[in-house]
Amino acid sequence: MALDEFDSENRIFSAVGTRPVRPDGIDKVTGKAMFGADISAPGMLHGAILRSPHAHAVIRSIDTSAAEALSEVKAVVTRADFTSPVSRGNIDVLENCMAGEKVLYDGHAVAAVAATSAHAAKKALRLIRVDYVVLPHVTDVDAAMQPDAPVIAGDEIKVEGHSANVMSRCEFGHGDLEAGFAEADIVMEKSFRTAATHQGYIEPHACLASLGADGRGELWCCTQGHFVARNICADMLGIDSTQLRVVASEIGGGFGGKTTVFIEPVALALSRKTNRPVKIVMPREDVFRATGPTASSSMDVKIGMKRDGTMTAGQAVLRMQGGAFPGSPVDMAAMCAFAPYALENVSAVGYDVICNRPKQAAYRAPGSPMACFAVESVVDMLCNELGLDPFEVRLKNGSREGTRASYGPKWPRIGLMETLDAARAHPMVEAELGPNQGRGISCGFWFNHGGETSVTLSLSQDGTVALQVGTPDIGGSRASMSMMAAEELGIPYEKVRTTVADTASLGYNDVSHGSRVTYASGLATIKAARDAKKKLCQRAAKIWGIDEDAVDWQDGQAVPAGHNAGGHDPLPFAKLCKTMGRTGGPVSGHFEATPEGAGVSFATHVVDAEVDPETGATKILRYLVVQDAGKAIHPSYVEGQFQGGAAQGIGWALNEEYIYGEDGRLQNAGFLDYRIPVASDLPMIDTEIVEVPNPGHPYGVRGVGETSICPPLAAIANAVSNAAGVRMTELPMSPPRILKALDDA
Amino acid sequence: MRFEAPSTVDGAVALLAAEDGITRVLAGGTDVMVQLKSGMVEPDLIVDIKRIPGMFDIVEDDGGFRIGAAVPGAMLGEHEGVSRAWPGVVEALGLVGSTQIQSRATLGGNLCNASPAADSVPAMIAAAAVARVHGPDGVRDVPAEEIATAPGKTSLARGEMVGSIFLPARPANASDAYLRFIPRTEMDIAVVGAGVSLVMDGDTVAQARVALGAVAPTARLVPDAADALIGRTVAAAEDDLKAAASAACAPINDKRGTIEFRTRVAGVLAVRAAHIAAKRAGA
Amino acid sequence: MGKMHITTRINGDDTEFLCDADESLLDVLRDRLGLTGAKEGCGTGDCGACSIVVDGRAVCSCLMLGAEAQDRDINTIEGMAEGEHLHPLQRKFLEHAALQCGICTPGILVTAKNLLERNPDPTETEIRYWLAGNLCRCTGYDKIVRAVQDAAAEMRGA
Repeated sequence: MALDEFDSENRIFSAVGTRPVRPDGIDKVTGKAMFGADISAPGMLHGAILRSPHAHAVIRSIDTSAAEALSEVKAVVTRADFTSPVSRGNIDVLENCMAGEKVLYDGHAVAAVAATSAHAAKKALRLIRVDYVVLPHVTDVDAAMQPDAPVIAGDEIKVEGHSANVMSRCEFGHGDLEAGFAEADIVMEKSFRTAATHQGYIEPHACLASLGADGRGELWCCTQGHFVARNICADMLGIDSTQLRVVASEIGGGFGGKTTVFIEPVALALSRKTNRPVKIVMPREDVFRATGPTASSSMDVKIGMKRDGTMTAGQAVLRMQGGAFPGSPVDMAAMCAFAPYALENVSAVGYDVICNRPKQAAYRAPGSPMACFAVESVVDMLCNELGLDPFEVRLKNGSREGTRASYGPKWPRIGLMETLDAARAHPMVEAELGPNQGRGISCGFWFNHGGETSVTLSLSQDGTVALQVGTPDIGGSRASMSMMAAEELGIPYEKVRTTVADTASLGYNDVSHGSRVTYASGLATIKAARDAKKKLCQRAAKIWGIDEDAVDWQDGQAVPAGHNAGGHDPLPFAKLCKTMGRTGGPVSGHFEATPEGAGVSFATHVVDAEVDPETGATKILRYLVVQDAGKAIHPSYVEGQFQGGAAQGIGWALNEEYIYGEDGRLQNAGFLDYRIPVASDLPMIDTEIVEVPNPGHPYGVRGVGETSICPPLAAIANAVSNAAGVRMTELPMSPPRILKALDDA
Repeated sequence: MRFEAPSTVDGAVALLAAEDGITRVLAGGTDVMVQLKSGMVEPDLIVDIKRIPGMFDIVEDDGGFRIGAAVPGAMLGEHEGVSRAWPGVVEALGLVGSTQIQSRATLGGNLCNASPAADSVPAMIAAAAVARVHGPDGVRDVPAEEIATAPGKTSLARGEMVGSIFLPARPANASDAYLRFIPRTEMDIAVVGAGVSLVMDGDTVAQARVALGAVAPTARLVPDAADALIGRTVAAAEDDLKAAASAACAPINDKRGTIEFRTRVAGVLAVRAAHIAAKRAGA
Repeated sequence: MGKMHITTRINGDDTEFLCDADESLLDVLRDRLGLTGAKEGCGTGDCGACSIVVDGRAVCSCLMLGAEAQDRDINTIEGMAEGEHLHPLQRKFLEHAALQCGICTPGILVTAKNLLERNPDPTETEIRYWLAGNLCRCTGYDKIVRAVQDAAAEMRGA
């Protein structure tokens, strides 16, 4: 058997597809696991960050003398303590971590202190005097686009007809919209809005930093990407990236929000100034005020359909604000909007807008859930209007292998049809609906990503394997990496120990994002295992005194092949490991590359909801997720991703939102009023894993983490609208909004 | 900040009265600790009353119940006598926060925190509950509706503390209920709350008290809503009760709800709570 | 103001510590006693990650002062397993993959154990409401509820 073939279709798996206990399991159920805030160091100081109470203001001066006069305070830093980054992309990140001339949102960092206790640090913050000149502000995306809106960064008009806050315009599509709409028997057009939502990870950002005047340092932090954290921090502090060793702690949730830095460069600057380790733990309030929520949006969607359900044209105009810096995910939203549909005439236009809110960070399939909400709502309206079955319409018009994606490429093998078929066949769809109850369905799409990846797989004399990956484990990936290594080497799962290596111990790795870990680190693990197997075959050849090409790897052992077949007893993995010192020295497998074959993933969700017409309260009765996983390595964790995405989508659809006051300040910076779903809000979430293998991965894996949050907003909006008998076009569908919609209907 | 845990009520009162700075009485601490964390208040003295004998007691008194100021929601809910006589008060305190909050949060704390949205307060007002206030000048009994005077403000004088809550005796064919509206199923602050206490004569309401929360600066008794019920079945009183409850609302627009929503839902909840109370009373 | 000297019992061990009068029990556990299994997710009693059991009742340790711990009987996640034997809930959480990131797990386990001690056969609804103060952002709670149900069944059978 060749060592590098893609063999997912016919392969019989042994480890892959089972459900072993995760290697970090015992630590996590006994409280031993070390998360960001769980570490201390001798001589450690506590850092705290002062944040702007204004949405938009010029910083005239910062007087830190009273704070510095406190004996417990060892250092105060402001923007002057950072180096202007070399990388263009890091300039905005630094500006976000520590304000320069202006504060751009409520919660923007302006100064930081290091003191001997957290209490003293907090006290010192109150002694720092910042002289602000308050400027007019804007926090709404549509208002920020108006020609007379307060301007946040420079007056230069980038997109004609809009304020200088519109940073760019993008457009995707093909065909002839006008002709497409002319062909339609009915054209439906509607506007939608979604509120900004936060990733809502339960672990606040935390780090422990130590940096010397010589530019050598250590950083421990909860991050989705410690190599990226290293590079950004080094750039802001003017040090060499490799002199900063970053260790990724256990991470208490990220969902995209921990793909950048907020407090880490600040802790490093304080440490350098004091020559002592500095720990910073973000208060929950600061997490909401100053770390990335996703964008809020305002969208118009128009779709034409024939009476038989054939879609003739689709058009979307999407406007998203991503806080005070460019980079809202509107481009990805525009690409995803019509991805589930094979349309001949399609256009999606996006506007990236800035306003006085915190810099957005990635949140699980950035942009896709909002665009999906708008498009799938209009599809549902058309189905209702024409009396068509929503499954039939999607099956009729849905994307499949060979059709052209709305954003350009021709689809390779994809699993949308399979998810629709499986959803339609699920018993939930048979459940009868009572009064005030409604059903909603929606499809959803996410690209998935490959990214730069390195792994090292080292063999030990006792026949066990140490696997080092560079992608922080955000949901059980050490288990799936161990499983893929075990599968490939033909050894038991328990014989592999996977660790997330620090930045000094492994080549560069992109962050754990884009649903890339099981795909890219998994592919790299398989390739590294194949590299190790090849070396073991060479050792066997040496032992047997035969040609290297005459050795095969079968069922966890080297066997003589060809005319040597049967000529020697097979050499098992353990035996080759035991003798490797005498046959040429230690054996390790490596893989370093940027895999490009991440397979896209589609899902279909079905939800039943009940609306109380007297109070506007919504109850989710039943929920079904069907998604194409390509190949589920550890099915329990795949199901967990499906369920987690659905739950976050339920929160987004019904209750979660950033609420700003007239003063531009965030009013609900805590879990009391930023209402993520609690256990009693949700039903059991049924899942069905569809496996349409991805030809770009040896085992067929597609990323699964993000697609699961794409359909829920639309599926729930469709269910609620059908239950209430009135179309809901704004998220969250909070009870006052539903009651008002019922009144207005 | 100083922390004291006296062993008598007199000791607690003396400590509170002697302190010139900011004081806080600590029972369950579920509000005080949040205020400390946010820096909203920096007390000079905290007096923990949980070491005072009797503070965790629920005793029958004059046909009713006297509930110690440190009795948490979980303990109140486990008390069969109170749960039978005053299920609405028990369920109202039981709605405050999570399991963990229930292990600590008290009726007295909910009352003295003086939040307009406190869940147990409309239920206590409807129940004609009376707080026993201990102070440097002795003991006085204060109706529940007279404790809070504005958001975060109470009628207690310097050195005073609530030592117990009294729930009066119940005639036969009487019961109560409390409902609140929150966007989730748990963990939220009430957007609207309605407490209804009824004495029934068959299917007809003989006596009624109705109180609303989160629709005005303090929880309020709504006599017009009670009048709408008295002498009729709840079903017959629905429209008038709803109208009277809504008419009593003077809410604000905030992050938790709109004026329109609160006003409307107050009527809905008053009617629903009245039906539950009547049913519990055997109607 | 000097520190307070508190003696208490944690996971069956007599324990003493010094703390400031305004210091939360959570900070005492984590920063003074090295018991970092209880996590701070919010500091305001809204997330339950800091859950511990005090005198038989589950509480948020962020909403309790260290000074209040005098003479109490406290149990934390660190005391849940007996030697090398995991508690059935801990085992079932692993078997059911009832955790993804694991930050909420200690709080949920402590709170769920407290439930099963009071109610050995809770319904799905009872489990969901008992755990409503323990936020989990990863799992959607499905596998958590199933793990608690399965552990309860095993414990009833044992």
